[in-house]
Amino acid sequence: MDTYLLQIFNGISVSSVLLLAALGLAITFGLMKIINMAHGEMIMIGAYTTYMVQNLFISFLGDRYFDLYFIAAIPLSFLITGFVGYLLEISIVKRLYGRTLDSLLATWGISLILQQLARNIFGAPNVDVKSPAWLNGGVVVLSNIQLPYKRLFIILLAALCIAGVYLFLFKSDSGRRIRAVMQNRSMAESLGINTRKVDSMTFAIGSGLAGIAGCALTLLGSIGPTLGTNYIVDTFMVVVLGGVGRIIGTVAGAAAIGIGNTTFEYFTNASLGKVLVFLAVILFLQWKPQGFFSISSRVLDE
Amino acid sequence: MSSWQKRVGKSTLLKSIMGIVKTPKGSVYLNNENITKLPTYKRAQKGIGYVPQGRDIFPQLTVHENLILGMERNAHKKKPIEKEIFELFPVLKTMLDRKGGDLSGGQQQQLAIARALISEPEVLLLDEPTEGIQPSIIQDIGRVIKKLKNRGNVTMLIVEQYLEFVMDVADYFYVMDKGHIVLEGKTEGIDPREIQEKIAI
Repeated sequence: MDTYLLQIFNGISVSSVLLLAALGLAITFGLMKIINMAHGEMIMIGAYTTYMVQNLFISFLGDRYFDLYFIAAIPLSFLITGFVGYLLEISIVKRLYGRTLDSLLATWGISLILQQLARNIFGAPNVDVKSPAWLNGGVVVLSNIQLPYKRLFIILLAALCIAGVYLFLFKSDSGRRIRAVMQNRSMAESLGINTRKVDSMTFAIGSGLAGIAGCALTLLGSIGPTLGTNYIVDTFMVVVLGGVGRIIGTVAGAAAIGIGNTTFEYFTNASLGKVLVFLAVILFLQWKPQGFFSISSRVLDE
Repeated sequence: MSSWQKRVGKSTLLKSIMGIVKTPKGSVYLNNENITKLPTYKRAQKGIGYVPQGRDIFPQLTVHENLILGMERNAHKKKPIEKEIFELFPVLKTMLDRKGGDLSGGQQQQLAIARALISEPEVLLLDEPTEGIQPSIIQDIGRVIKKLKNRGNVTMLIVEQYLEFVMDVADYFYVMDKGHIVLEGKTEGIDPREIQEKIAI
């Protein structure tokens, strides 16, 4: 029983990493209809940014301030990954709007290039990021259950990002512009919105969120050039299962996949667990192709 | 102001003025400035308001958000929505928090016109404002157009098949066929039957 509770907790923490990655994808895939296979590499870039920030802190600031590096790494991985996403959008992705299948191939190519680039710069073997001391240890809840601070921190980080994305999309001027462009591009443009600018900014934000996911992942294990490929499939499943265009859908999708993964793995084994999750998702989508949450309104029904 | 028949290029004309479709021949001028090569959003910023056919309300945005977006054209001088808009369209005031997509066709049409007016454009393009709308709301829209006309600070270009409506609100008309203007003149003193005949040909 206790181990199972721990499994559930682990499931939630896996969900929160997936959620961070999927939030970005929900924006680029859900809103912009770009199948961005390079999204996983955005996770990787975020992770390596954290690695570099750590090294910089070690070389320039010494041991005293080392523990603070992670605080600096979170916004930096968002900004740097977001900037890479921005460059990607204005150079390549902008040619792919409305060509969903082409976008799959092209971004897959980009993902391979980025992986090789990471190999050339950082080397093929995995590197380790040392967690700050204040994240070691955990909360003891029951006699034999300990919840690690690291995982609690990731859950908190995911919650903050959700809140941030929600406020940005629904309460800010830029967010309103993004929603308008995604719902009706030519009308938004007719009202005086520079849709190209909105596109690249939206893509950059989606990428930046993946960067934060990468930053969080450094707490859970070592990182390597192929870090992103491990997550991209699950991340896509989250977005498809959750339904397009709703934040709550992405949250529900991430929870289902994360907890489903750990639960099935606990009762069977790693690979069979994965198969069972896939099967469950496929069956669910047969029943509800729109996912958990879908947008319904008079206009879209037509 | 204009009145035309089906599939003769009238919506395309408005779209080409707005820059949504390319203009292969000819040019578009606004206040003696050639805007043929400008992207759509810049034309909007220069003072063209557009109410498209089918209204194109953002379905998932609230009525309030739809209206605010109308101010994008001059986003630097933001201000609260003026009372005047709600005087013209009182129905909108009662449904500010509703989703645009949940409004009826007539309400959406009024919202689309309000959204275009909110930024005080110099030119207002209206594409079939009466299409698929119940007669009482058509009357309301006609009243609003006349009110705007009397105020005299916005030029309106209306594309419409509903002849009686457009002859009632317009000063000057063009009849269009296969992309060409076949008849034009002042609406005053012309017999609508004359136009009807021309259209029949």
